[in-house]
Order: sequence, then C-alpha cells, then structure tokens
Amino acid sequence: MTAVSDALAKAKADNRAALIGYLPVGYPSVELSIAAMRALVEGGVDVVEVGVPYSDPVMDGPVIQRATEHAVRAGVGLRDALQAVHAVAEAGAAAVTMGYWNQVERFGVARFATELSAAGGAGAITPDLIPEEAGEWIAASDAAQLDRVFLVAPSSTDARIVSTAAATRGFLYATAVMGVTGARDRVGTAAETLVGRVRTLAPDLAVCVGLGVSNGEQAAEVAGFADGVIVGSALVRCLLDAPDEAGVAAVRTLAADLAAGVRRR
Amino acid sequence: MPAENVPDLSGHFGPYGGRFVPEALVAAIDELTAAFHETQADPEFRAELDRLLRDYTGRPSPLTDAPKFGEHAGGARVLLKREDLNHTGSHKINNVLGQALLTQRIGKKRVIAETGAGQHGVATATAAALLGLECVVYMGEEDTRRQALNVARMRLLGAEVVPVTTGSRTLKDAINEAMRDWVTNVETTNYVFGTVAGPHPFPMMVRDYQRIIGDEARAQVLERCGRLPDVVVACVGGGSNAIGIFTAFVPDEGVRLVGFEAGGDGVDTGRHAASITGGAPGVLHGARSYLLQDENGQTIESHSISAGLDYPGVGPEHSYLHDIGRAEYRPITDAQAMEAFSLLSRTEGIIPAIESAHALAGALQLGRDLGPDAIILVNLSGRGDKDVETASTYFGLV
Ligand SMILES: Cc1ncc(COP(=O)(O)O)c(C=O)c1O
Repeated sequence: MTAVSDALAKAKADNRAALIGYLPVGYPSVELSIAAMRALVEGGVDVVEVGVPYSDPVMDGPVIQRATEHAVRAGVGLRDALQAVHAVAEAGAAAVTMGYWNQVERFGVARFATELSAAGGAGAITPDLIPEEAGEWIAASDAAQLDRVFLVAPSSTDARIVSTAAATRGFLYATAVMGVTGARDRVGTAAETLVGRVRTLAPDLAVCVGLGVSNGEQAAEVAGFADGVIVGSALVRCLLDAPDEAGVAAVRTLAADLAAGVRRR
Repeated sequence: MPAENVPDLSGHFGPYGGRFVPEALVAAIDELTAAFHETQADPEFRAELDRLLRDYTGRPSPLTDAPKFGEHAGGARVLLKREDLNHTGSHKINNVLGQALLTQRIGKKRVIAETGAGQHGVATATAAALLGLECVVYMGEEDTRRQALNVARMRLLGAEVVPVTTGSRTLKDAINEAMRDWVTNVETTNYVFGTVAGPHPFPMMVRDYQRIIGDEARAQVLERCGRLPDVVVACVGGGSNAIGIFTAFVPDEGVRLVGFEAGGDGVDTGRHAASITGGAPGVLHGARSYLLQDENGQTIESHSISAGLDYPGVGPEHSYLHDIGRAEYRPITDAQAMEAFSLLSRTEGIIPAIESAHALAGALQLGRDLGPDAIILVNLSGRGDKDVETASTYFGLV
C-alpha cells in the first residue's frame, strides 16, 4: 500500500471522492510553490501532484504553460520537484510527481525511482509515457514499490484500457476531454462515459478524472461518478493572478471549496 | 538488425524512435499506421500518388552535373539531385502529397502542419488547396519574420497561418502548438508532419514517401556514370531529405552517407543546431533520438541561419544510422554554408536554399579530401527564392 492507495481507500471509506491537486514546483518561486502545496494540504487535498516544469509541455494549455515557462527559465527541474515531494509528504498528504518523460530519462530512471521513494513520494504520473514504452520505469517502480499512474482518454479502445489498467498501480488517470489542460465551464459527458467503460473493463482499479474542473460545484459533479477529482489549471490560476502570499491564500480557499465539493456527491 | 529492416513493428530503430505521446493520440496514430500500410500495398493509391508526383510535382527530378562548382571541391564530380525544381520549390512536396492523399483515405477534412522555413507549410497548403482540405499551419513567430514570403504564399493558397509565440518561437514550438491542436481536434484533423521525426509512424512514413529521391538518383547516377557514387550527402534538419536520398543506398556498403547538420556559429560556441554532433539521446516530440538538452533534460534552443535546420532534435533513424556507423554526421557553420550558397549561385547559376547550402559546403570539404576521381551526389533539397532577403542582408547587397 502506498500513501496514494491509502488516501483513496480512506476517501472511499468516508463515502466520498478523493481530491487531487496539481501545482508545478517553481512558480512563482520554489519556496512559494512549496508553500502553496502545503496550503493545498491544509485546504483538504488528499494527494498533491507535484508538476515538474518542462521546456516543451505539449499537453498543457496556456495557464500551466505560463507558470512552467517561468520556472524553466529560472532553472527549476526534477531536483526541486523531489524537494517539494518531501515537503508535501511531511505535511501529511500523498505526493506524486507529474512530468514529461525526458526529464526522468535524463535524471536516470532507476535513480529517479530511488530518490523519489527516499523523498517520501508515492509514485509518478507520466502523461507522455504509454505502457509500451515504459519497460524500464515498470521495473524501477516495482523495485522501489512506487505507484505508476498511466492515462486513458475518451479515444482509448477497450483493448488499450485493459492493457493500460494492467500496467497501472495507484489509480488510473482518466482525461475527461480530448485536449490540453485548462479550466472549462462545463464538465462534459465524455468523462462519465469513460469512467463507466473503465469500471467495466478494470473493476478493481480506482479511476480519477482530470482536465477542466475548476470549482466545488464541478468537483461535486465529478465526485458523483469517479473515485477522485483532479484539479490543476484553476489552482495555478490563483498563483498567476497573485504570485505571492495572497495567491497562496487563494489556493488554500479554492482547495477548501473543492474539498467540500468532493464530500457533497 | 540490418539497417534496411528498421523500424520494428512498434516503430523502433534500435533504441530510438517509438511513441512518447499522450494516450489521447494513440488511437489516431494507430489508425494512421494501419492506413499507411494498407495504402502502400494498394495499387490504386500508389498510382494516384505516382500520377501527382509526375504531373503535378514534375518528377522525376533531374540530375545535374556541376563541374564548375566541382572545381572548388578538389575537382570531384559533383552531381546535384534537383529537388529544388519540384513544384513549391523543395523536397517537402513528395511527403505532403502522400500524407494528404492518406488524409482523404481516412476521411478527415482538416490538416494541420508545423513549419520552420515555410517550405513544408507551403507544400501542405498547396496539397490542401489541390485536394480541398482545410489547412492550418503553425509557424514560430521568429520564423514568420525570417520567411515572410512563405507566410504570404501559404495565405495565398488559402491556408491559415498561426504565429506561435511560446518558447523560442521557432520550429520546435510550432510542433508543440500543432500537437496541442491535434490532441484537441483529432477526430476531424490529421497532422501532416514535415520530417522524419515525431512518434511512430511518422519517421517511417515520411521516409517511405521521400525515398523516391534516392531511388531515382541511384538509377540516374548508374546510368550517367556507370557506377555508384562514392559519397551521398544531404543537409539534416529533422532529416527527411537526407533519409530520402540515403535510403536507396543503405544496402550499398561501399557508398558513404554523410549528413551535414547546422553548426550555426560553431558547435563549440553552443549556438548551433547540430543534434547528433553536439547533443545526447533523449525524448522530444514523441520519439527517442539525439537532441540538444541541458542537464535537467530541458530542450536547449537551437541556432542556425537556416530556419529549416533550426531544430534541436533529429529523426530517430539518423541516430540509429550514426550509432551503427552506417552514416556520418558533421556540422557546417553559417559562414561555410553561406560561402557555398554564393559559390553555387555564381558557378552554376543555381541559387540553393540555405538549408541545401549546408550539403553543398559538405561536398566542398569531402571533394577536397577525396580528389578528382570521386563522385559526390548532393541532395539539392530546395531553391533559394525564399532566402533572397536573408542572403542580401548577409552579403550586404541592398
Ligand atoms: C529546402 C529544405 N531543405 C531541408 C530542410 C530540412 O528538413 P529535413 O531535414 O527534414 O529535410 C528544409 C526544411 O524546411 C528545407 O526547406
């Protein structure tokens, strides 16, 4: 059992969905981003996704791009993310990294697994790594007993949902819409359909839904059908609007609103 | 694995290539891969593509002896494969016609493309006009300035050109933006990729559409010279014109294959685009290959006077050919390329693309080493009309 499985199991026992919050390390600074991650935990987030800023974030929309471009220019990388993981784990929440694959490859896959584990991290979400390319990561994460979160999308075939679920540990990340990250006004029906397919094809695995959720009301809606609700851009937006202590406070307030949402389903 | 038998079924060239993509794109690239294999075996599709290549593009492209240029290359016999004479002015059209027909076959009505120099964008806009497809081209803002003429050409052809203002505002960022469009609109949209990089099947598919360059040239050289060339040279950005001319010669062990990367101000200055000479293996834009990156795995911005070579990555098959020693890769600086650019213009009356001038500069170096008995086949990948402004600034002509 990792901290993520614990968090998901605890939420389930409380008859609610888990809340997963994303923030990239290094925006507005490494220090303030870690303060904002602590604020997430205080606000009621169960799992923190620690974003690793990358020069070519092809899956991210303008909000996350703006924050991570700033962090990349400041030289922030995987090492800083491991520091943030440590801080989140100390604050009492489960921490996973969320980053593009080249950074892990450059760091060294086995070394990444060892150091992530030593920092108290529960695992990693790998948005541009599909299981077919993940041999080295599967071995390293097995050795270090880390969670391995792969993604499924509305376009995934049944066969791919089955094989991706089989390679996954912790939870399966369902991308609710076809597209890049970014808050959306409405949570479409594609997410619920996708979660339904996953439940049939991989009944034993937790499914968390991300891409687009921005407030407590939407969180409650997604909590109605998923095991966990993932929120990113809306949190990053708080820091873009106020890249200081006020932004950190806004993150705490939004996290609390979302946490109330996942308890309302 | 013999170099002729790559990639494997999952798109790997030894340790390179593969698919490092969001899951949301996998269904579309699986569909594309299947459709590509199907159409390669479909005589009707091949006949339609061959007809367009002949009647629309003007293939086969000629092979031109360049004796006066050759005098500066140690007296070697320099033969130019004239991709500059293709409709739209470069080799890019070979690949685009294939992918545009494929888009029709899979029933999609909208194409997107990235472009650096604008040649791939112009070719895509052209094919879209011909086949009645909606076309959006992503181009780094920096490149829309350097290659303003090609922006106008694309718009004349009815395409929408979107200037990309993120990152280094060049080709790599245009690819990022095109990928974001694709993942959002994949149900209606096909991504017409311009080089032999990107996730499987692109490196294989673009190679197979471009290999006609070398297939033709090999027969043309044999007919004209009675033997194979000693060396085949090409410039390498992503690597499509180079793979296009190399592929037919890969099994000919006596034929050296040399790719010339953009050395910018010099590889030792750090301001260059020589991914194999000055980079290390990593993952960028969906494939594992050599790339320019820092110790954190962040992509380093490339620099080249040539927009079409100004890319920090390179196609995975080149990384593989390099590692197994079947091809060599060397840098050519901006200054060396511009000297060759000027030399070909004055000696042969052919103004080359600055990209292709890198291959010409390489031929000058090789010829001086090999001497007058050597036959050097150069892929003249494009014409220099688009570069007149850059060249006149460089040489102080206006
Ligand atoms: C004339 C010409 N040659 C070469 C290139 C480089 O691309 P590749 O390396 O894929 O041939 C370009 C790209 O724009 C080009 O326009």
